[in-house]
Amino acid sequence: MSPLDSLYRDPDTARITLDRPADYLHAEHTLRSWFFTTDHKRIALLYLASITGFFVLGAIAAGLVRLSLVVPNGVIFTNDTYNKLFTMHGVIMVWFFLIPSIPATFGNFLIPLMIGAKDLAFPRLNLLSWYVFMTGALFTMVVLIVGGVDTGWTFYAPFSTTYSNFYVIPALIGVIIVGFSSILTGLNFIVTIHKMRCPGMTWFRMPIFVWTLYATSLIFLLGTPVITLALILLVMERAFHIGVFDPKLGGDPVLFEHLFWFYSHPAVYIMVLPGMGVVTELVAAFSQKRVFGYRFVAYASIGLASITFFVWGHHMFVNGQSQLASTVFSFLSFAVAVPSAVKVYNWTATIHKGAIRLDTPMLYAMGYIGLFVLGGLTGLFLATLAVDAHLHDTYFVVAHFHYIMVGGTMLAFLGGLHYWWPKFTGRMYPEAWGRVGALLIFIGFNVTFFPQFILGYLGMPRRYHVYPPEFQLLNVLSSAGSTILALGYFFPMIYLVWSLWFGKRAPANPWQAKGLEWTTSSPPPAHNFLAIPRVDFEPYDYPIKAPERA
Amino acid sequence: MSVSGSPAEHALALWPPAASHAATHVDYLILAFTAVTLLLTVPIFLAITYFALVYRANRRVDRTHGSDRNVKLELSWMLIPFFLTLTFFAWGAQMFDTAKHPPANALRIEAIGRQWMWKFQHPGGQAEINDLHVPAGQPVLVNMISQDVIHSLYLPSFRVQMETLPGRYTQLWFTANLPGIYRLYCSEYCGTDHSVMDGQITVQSPRDYEHWLSQAGSSQSLAAGGKRLFANYGCTGCHGAAATVRAPMLAGLYGRPVPMEAGGTVTASDDYIRDKILNPDHNLIAGYKQVMPSFAGVIPEDELIQLIAYIKTMQEPGS
Repeated sequence: MSPLDSLYRDPDTARITLDRPADYLHAEHTLRSWFFTTDHKRIALLYLASITGFFVLGAIAAGLVRLSLVVPNGVIFTNDTYNKLFTMHGVIMVWFFLIPSIPATFGNFLIPLMIGAKDLAFPRLNLLSWYVFMTGALFTMVVLIVGGVDTGWTFYAPFSTTYSNFYVIPALIGVIIVGFSSILTGLNFIVTIHKMRCPGMTWFRMPIFVWTLYATSLIFLLGTPVITLALILLVMERAFHIGVFDPKLGGDPVLFEHLFWFYSHPAVYIMVLPGMGVVTELVAAFSQKRVFGYRFVAYASIGLASITFFVWGHHMFVNGQSQLASTVFSFLSFAVAVPSAVKVYNWTATIHKGAIRLDTPMLYAMGYIGLFVLGGLTGLFLATLAVDAHLHDTYFVVAHFHYIMVGGTMLAFLGGLHYWWPKFTGRMYPEAWGRVGALLIFIGFNVTFFPQFILGYLGMPRRYHVYPPEFQLLNVLSSAGSTILALGYFFPMIYLVWSLWFGKRAPANPWQAKGLEWTTSSPPPAHNFLAIPRVDFEPYDYPIKAPERA
Repeated sequence: MSVSGSPAEHALALWPPAASHAATHVDYLILAFTAVTLLLTVPIFLAITYFALVYRANRRVDRTHGSDRNVKLELSWMLIPFFLTLTFFAWGAQMFDTAKHPPANALRIEAIGRQWMWKFQHPGGQAEINDLHVPAGQPVLVNMISQDVIHSLYLPSFRVQMETLPGRYTQLWFTANLPGIYRLYCSEYCGTDHSVMDGQITVQSPRDYEHWLSQAGSSQSLAAGGKRLFANYGCTGCHGAAATVRAPMLAGLYGRPVPMEAGGTVTASDDYIRDKILNPDHNLIAGYKQVMPSFAGVIPEDELIQLIAYIKTMQEPGS
């Protein structure tokens, strides 16, 4: 047994194993060494920088939407400008921020580190994914800003194929291109997890984060081709009037809804599952305790990725879908609650009797659990047939999915970003500022989106620029909340960048966390580990655990 | 909107008006579901907060615990909430079943959605734009179709909405029980002026509604208009009583199964008749040679509605 072997089980907290210039950030300095890198860690940072840029643009569009809704008569923007703004917000946030967010950044950086590999299985394919992503995303971005698309991120036919402006074609082409990036990334992750695990890293010794990324990759691989096909048909219909979706040409607009949601419902789990993975890591590390019911939590990830392919019809209860189909989809949607409940209750049980530190990442994780639960259960309201007939396409839906995507995914993203920031950059972020930022985001988020549940229940339809005056007070409250939320976002953006130069040097394992990524230096060397790790211990081997059974 | 009792007069609404028994029923469902939701979530929130305080890393507390897995416990918190919530699945599905089966005696309103207005027509031919008058106490069925993109008719005071599709009829129904003025919306995004494609639904006592109908003015009922169109478009040449061409007789057709050349039958619904007028080549009828020309692009949606209304009134001779 080499002295390194015990290191993998018990990462040394104070040690800084590696100094410049050998770490991956300082190994090379040229632009070329960034833009033509095949190092998964550098590619992860390329993604991080790009999606942060897209997030800022999407957030500006959201801010303008909230600004417009301060007054009910819609005098701030014209109807067309408003429609283009909410489309810009939706398209950017869904396709260019949320879907790549955790997988392409943390997944890229951490999967090889967590399973003891030198890199992903296909490093050059990984770089290609980023170029494909940037090509599609920048193309669509230019179209959205220069021309403006007014279809919403859902691109429903025959509005998109006949009545909206021409820019919908180039915008769709960009989104189609981005889809290939998802497919390549998913493929890369699946092969890596199957083939690149280090000696002793069995499936049930993998961190839950890797399990959730595996499940996410399955959705990338199986779901994305369907949306690619659907959007190609949409482009063809618009350009050549082939008659697939427009009833005037013999097509069926409901067919597009089916194809769209067949991907876009599972896409919600592309956003949710990696967040669950991040939160599981955070909860275990900041409770210093083994994940409760590790196997169930792992299975639940695969369970969610499977069930999610069979519930798309719950977006279509009020479009004339048959009563039988609607009833079956409603039932299956309730079944999603089973694996989701496992996650939430098992996190709670993990925290129980842990040694809890309320550092910034843990604050985000706890916020995530609360908001995700609220988002998930309001999802069950919408899955209830008679209730959906009232709440469908209202602000209740808007509030529901923002609780999942912002309260869920975004909080997990920020929590993970703080947790692994020392590993990414070799620097600590300022803890006090981190906590203030987390608190502001949590408060701002709830003030923004909770009133929207009430607005929806009162019957305010979504995508309304001009709205009845009785809804103004709640809309003003929501817009006020969004300014707090925006302020909250500024905090990490500023202090994280500040920390790159002025932050405290990070040790290899600042959190006394377990897992192979903490056994290597912060930041890691170019090939992750000085020697290939060997694993002969269980995951989450924290000091607080149940007594060994005799 | 300065109508007395107009919903616009409220500065802040915190509970939507419920103008039908079904709407009240939906409210009960939602309240009960909210209660169960709180039952399932508040303990989690309290537990997490409590644990985070009691088991802080710097506190000396007993941290010994039984096991890091417990299959029975995990199965129970997987399945008990699931079965609890299934109650609401069943409750919602049962109400949805009612919503899918309009009573036979419902007053039938025809609606056409288009960018960016609603046109409603009463059986007597009275037409309204963006406003709809209905009687209280009687089931009202709205049969709708879109001329362009997908719209959705949303009546929050009755807790119902239904997408209005191009090329296909969809329906919703309700029984208003509380006279008053309520809002109606388009809830499916439909382009530039989506957010002003709204209006008011006025629930009146049956007597006021009759009065309104007589004031609203209409030269002829939908069926009478359809009869005129039936002659104008030359339908009588083949489908009329004195026709020389061997075409299917339309008397008594509505709601009847029609035998298909390809085998099987298709029920002569509104959609079937509309489709046969626009696309006679679809669903070839057994025993007839297809010689009818297509009227696609010739007959607009509102005239199709009138023609169907007329065909429905055509009785089999002797019945």
